[in-house]
Amino acid sequence: MSSAAERYNQSKINPQKLALWIAIASMVMVFGAFTSAYIVRRAAGNWLEFKLPDVFFASTAVILLSSVTLHLSYTGFKAGNEKRYKLMMIATAILGLAFIVLQYRGWEALNEIGATFTVNPSSSFIYVISGLHAAHVLGGIAALGVALAHAFILPYKPTLRRRQRFELVVQYWHFVDLLWVYLIVFFMLNGS
Amino acid sequence: MAQVVTAAETLEDKLTEELGYDDHFHEHHHGDKYQSNFLTTYIFSTDHKIIGRQFLMTGIFWAFIGAAMSIVFRLQLGFPEADMAWLRPILGKWILVDANGIGKLDPEFYYSLVTLHGTILVFFVLTAGLSGTFSNILIPLQIGARDMASPLLNAFSYWFFFLAGVVLFLSLFLSTGPFSGGWTAYPPLSALPQASEGSGAGMTMWIVSMALFIVSALLGGINYITTVLNLRTKGMSLWRMPLTIWAFFITAVLGVLSFPVLLSGVLLLMFDRSMGTSFYLSEIVVGGQVLERIGGSPILFQHLFWFLGHPEVYIIILPAMGLVSEVLSVHSRKPIFGYTAMVYSMLAIGFLAFIVWAHHMFMSGVNPFISNFFVIFTLIIAVPSAVKVFNWIGTIYGSNFRFNSASLFAVGFVSMFISGGLTGIFLGNSAIDIQMHDTYFVVAHFHIVMGIAAFFGMFAGVYHWFPKMFGRFMNETLGKIHFWGTLVGAYAIFWPMHYTGLAGVPRRYYDAGATFESFRHFGDLNKFITVAAIMVFFLQVLFIINFFYSIFSGRKVTVKNPWGANTLEWTTPIEAGHGNWPGRIPAVQRWSYDYSKNGEEFIPQYVPLKEGERDMGH
Repeated sequence: MSSAAERYNQSKINPQKLALWIAIASMVMVFGAFTSAYIVRRAAGNWLEFKLPDVFFASTAVILLSSVTLHLSYTGFKAGNEKRYKLMMIATAILGLAFIVLQYRGWEALNEIGATFTVNPSSSFIYVISGLHAAHVLGGIAALGVALAHAFILPYKPTLRRRQRFELVVQYWHFVDLLWVYLIVFFMLNGS
Repeated sequence: MAQVVTAAETLEDKLTEELGYDDHFHEHHHGDKYQSNFLTTYIFSTDHKIIGRQFLMTGIFWAFIGAAMSIVFRLQLGFPEADMAWLRPILGKWILVDANGIGKLDPEFYYSLVTLHGTILVFFVLTAGLSGTFSNILIPLQIGARDMASPLLNAFSYWFFFLAGVVLFLSLFLSTGPFSGGWTAYPPLSALPQASEGSGAGMTMWIVSMALFIVSALLGGINYITTVLNLRTKGMSLWRMPLTIWAFFITAVLGVLSFPVLLSGVLLLMFDRSMGTSFYLSEIVVGGQVLERIGGSPILFQHLFWFLGHPEVYIIILPAMGLVSEVLSVHSRKPIFGYTAMVYSMLAIGFLAFIVWAHHMFMSGVNPFISNFFVIFTLIIAVPSAVKVFNWIGTIYGSNFRFNSASLFAVGFVSMFISGGLTGIFLGNSAIDIQMHDTYFVVAHFHIVMGIAAFFGMFAGVYHWFPKMFGRFMNETLGKIHFWGTLVGAYAIFWPMHYTGLAGVPRRYYDAGATFESFRHFGDLNKFITVAAIMVFFLQVLFIINFFYSIFSGRKVTVKNPWGANTLEWTTPIEAGHGNWPGRIPAVQRWSYDYSKNGEEFIPQYVPLKEGERDMGH
């Protein structure tokens, strides 16, 4: 019997996690397309320059913090620390919502400095890209809602099945966090 | 009729019992509570075999609509002076009848027909109908899985496709007509609702339809990749997979990476249409009115569109290549020539697909120095393509070839792929493209290399796997008439277009002979093309009749493995139920191409290697 057959079922990743990784790859392509379009369009000239409002940096700090709290919740879940698991998950949900509010304030601030949605593609891009990212964070908050329901309605039991489902939420949440970090660094480097 | 049990099938049962993989499937699935009545079995099914057949039937429906559209505009091109009033019962007000009762096709609707013909054939028929059908039917069966990784998402994939079709179909009934700016939907025609009749509600519905279709393609692709990587049976290493599975896998990877980019492009288009942004619109005047849009770039859309658009043609052709490789090997009774080279050439084509998109834009104002880069990589695609053609011919060469509808269409695929591929070498050169772009030469090129060729691959697949899908054979006589007629007819349609294209006749013109005096003498050639197109259309109707007749009254399949093939799909019962195998899943012991080896005609994948025998896979 060949070696491949002997290794059967030993090296395989959970199918749901793999499917999520592939979905993440396609989301990366969506945002990769946007940022590439941004670069191409910017190089063509007729580009309105403005400074990104500071509130976007505050939101960056908030979403980074939310990843930390979700990680603490996850390690709490694994270590049998039910209190930390629940508390940190609530903290994550609050930080996630705070991120959405801050992004909205960011769009308001952009509007105030005259970088409106339609004035020039340079500002239109910021609204579209950060708006679509916010939609992805809302999706993450919805998934977190399911995790919250698991945490507070079901009795606490760190089974493999529960852990895998939680891991899917964690994987996605860290992704939208990193995605925002990429986007804000991109906006800073390609100065708008 | 009593089922014939052959010696091979007894051996198969014994080997599956001894060596097969027991996943305890039937201990958990007693009967099937989800597929108990007609609606859950045949309509809202989550079984991959049903979903595959749903994709196929929907694809056939759309192929008929798309082909009928092409006949209408071919009538206009071949017989611009003819009376079309007889089409009024179907096309209604799109046939303009003058005072003498002479009917003419509305030029605006002509553009809609061309646009929808492209959209329907590229996306609905050759993407969903081809890779959707065969990925669904063959991936679980050939890798030895009970179903897809997520049967539910798989069903969603079909229903999103179905919805996309419904939306596009409804746009046919708009009073302003469906979208008419070409299947590529370039701005400004697509971005300004006031640009043309079809740019209003017709374009809005086109965008919604495309968005639904992209969701369908992504759900399907994620599922296919996960299934191939995760659910292969015991012993099915990657290098023992049939080439069909490799093809579907690479196709799915291309789809998952390129469709999102189209989604981005279409999203920006939506903002331009309805929110007043100017991503694609620069200073523009419509109907004497200066618009407020400034600073946009229509070329940007072309980049985003063709970043999907080019991989899309490989999404169309790769599944056909996989099907043809398998069909040729089975009916040649020989191993596929150069299996490893076949896989690597598909991977190379898949990789190159992402770095050649701007060869569609040589004449759009792309920097000529950047064009050089795209010319070089475009021409390099000829290398893996030639490797594949060489290997197909090597497979047939010196074989005891079985001539039937499936294998003939597979050979026809190779013929079309060569003919169409050669003209690609012309068009891939940016200098020659100055003369050739947007002419009938381009139309001839892509119809032969990805239209007809992909259809031939699909037909080979349908004739070959029909016994697996419906437990019956298709009629061979009708199949052979279908093949020879279509082969000759397809060349009769597209071969002359090379000449008109070289002379410079532009595509998409309602009546190029009336617009340009110098093209008037192509009138007879255009009549010939139209007559050939009508004949080919009726041959496809013959195929559809054969298809549906054979589902109910075809010759019944009496043995599990009628073609003497090695792959696992032929080890399931003729009418395979939920879960595909009644007992254990067969374990794979060897690669799938052991034909005419050691004096045996074929050695299925579940047969263990003999003492000292070397496995050709890894």
